[in-house]
Amino acid sequence: MLEVNTLRKSFSGFRAVNGAQLDVQKGEIVAVIGPNGAGKTTLFNLITGIIKPDSGQVFFKGEDITGFPPHVICRKRLTRSFQVVNIFQRLSAFENVQGSVLARERRTWNMFTPSRKLVVDETNRILESVGLAGKAQQVGGELSHGDRKVLEIAMALAGNPEFLILDEPTAGMSLEETQRCIELIKDLWKVFGLTILFCEHDMELVFSISNRIMVMVHGATVIQGTCDEVRRNREVQNAYLGGSDPCLM
Amino acid sequence: MLRNILSGKGHLLAYIGIASLLLPPFFAPRFYVYLMSLVLLYGLFATSLNVVLGYGGIYQFGHAIFFGAGAYGSALVITKAGLSPWLGFIAGPIVSALLSLIVGLICIRLSKLYFGMLQISLSFLLWVIICRWQDFTGGDNGIIGIPVPDIISSPNNAYYFTLLATAASLFVAHRIIRSPFGSLLQGTRDNPVRCEMIGVNVRAHQFAALIVSGFFAGVAGVLFVVVNNAVFPDMLFWTLGMEAMIMCLLGGMHTFMGPMLGAGLIVVLRTLITSYTVYWGLCLGIVLMAVIFFLPDGVLGHFNKPGGRRPDMVTG
Repeated sequence: MLEVNTLRKSFSGFRAVNGAQLDVQKGEIVAVIGPNGAGKTTLFNLITGIIKPDSGQVFFKGEDITGFPPHVICRKRLTRSFQVVNIFQRLSAFENVQGSVLARERRTWNMFTPSRKLVVDETNRILESVGLAGKAQQVGGELSHGDRKVLEIAMALAGNPEFLILDEPTAGMSLEETQRCIELIKDLWKVFGLTILFCEHDMELVFSISNRIMVMVHGATVIQGTCDEVRRNREVQNAYLGGSDPCLM
Repeated sequence: MLRNILSGKGHLLAYIGIASLLLPPFFAPRFYVYLMSLVLLYGLFATSLNVVLGYGGIYQFGHAIFFGAGAYGSALVITKAGLSPWLGFIAGPIVSALLSLIVGLICIRLSKLYFGMLQISLSFLLWVIICRWQDFTGGDNGIIGIPVPDIISSPNNAYYFTLLATAASLFVAHRIIRSPFGSLLQGTRDNPVRCEMIGVNVRAHQFAALIVSGFFAGVAGVLFVVVNNAVFPDMLFWTLGMEAMIMCLLGGMHTFMGPMLGAGLIVVLRTLITSYTVYWGLCLGIVLMAVIFFLPDGVLGHFNKPGGRRPDMVTG
């Protein structure tokens, strides 16, 4: 469904992404792992069009989407959440999701209907499905960190995606919040049938829910394979886990 | 908005407000009626700026050219083309919107301060053209004695026309701000990257907001012609745009009626103070500093915080 072909991007000489390879089949959960600074977030930014690659291609559902602007890619039903919480802090949780729904339905050019009356039901349904229904009227900036991360996922969901990219969905969450978030991700995959690509530092989480794993070091793909294949890979053990520390796996 | 005021417990206040807008021409001296017209039209001008400045977060430093374009557009249609003044009044805002479109196309690629700087240079260019093109625009002297329809030629009727046009414009502008377009425009101000990623074409929305803003600035420019029967090149000078920005700051950039209040304060203060001293600039400077230090959200913004529901937070 998604295919990334030798993608490269440098920032003033620093090769942030240097020949990344990735393929994700429909209905899979794929994780990207790698040490800090390996280029995971940059890779996601390249896929979603926030920055343009120097070379290489991104194919989504067979179509070359390399260098498309983010709003066009989003309308192809590929949406994402961000590592650093990225919501509209001044708006309520409800309005955050509502904006997303309106954007998807291309109703943002409507200049004369009061927006508070539009897409109320759908917005509430989405908030309910992620468990934020009770906090709909709270301002984004006042929500707890975990709720904000979940709200981000809700905003991505409002785009009615087929393919969802989650950039460190549990970063900074408490243990309890992490559990809830994992359940949510599993639900999205099982119940909503989404294809999910995510990156994460929590190895336990990665190995427990992903079908396949892609390992990135210094901007390049080391290996993409099943959990077992990655576990057995000598190169991964050396590069990523700093030698022999099989307990972590 | 109006309905809320009328149905709420503040409806007595609303009637007083409406009466104080409608009745003065019956008893007040001509000068005060003229002053009220000025407040209204500068208020509309500042509100039009606030659409892009307060709600869009776009640094529109050259906003005066759209005010001037509306005024000159209608003045030239009336005096040079010899068409009916009503046609001139319709042409003014359209000229402004078209100018917005052109300036927007040139500037929209840049962001924040660079956008503002490029716009100031373009506005200088236009100002110089208007100043020097003696035969067509009247040069430094502007155009005076522009004929207006008889029905609105008396100061009182000019005032009522200004009131009507301002109220209608504010109503439409308020609708736009509360519409999905307006909500997402505020979204692009707070968090453009997130907006892109939920499928909003940020540049296109900002561009549309610029045109809307230019249109209403043009309406204000036409009202200037109605009230003064004249246009001057200084209407396009960048300092007037700055003055509108000060009105927005003073009244409250994140409130809808703030710029109108700011315009009222500035116009009235200027009239009062210049009758005592020539140091109006000094007084304005002091007022502005006081606002920045003590009322960073503006006068209306300060009194309009609904129980802290909208905390002033930087979006991360």
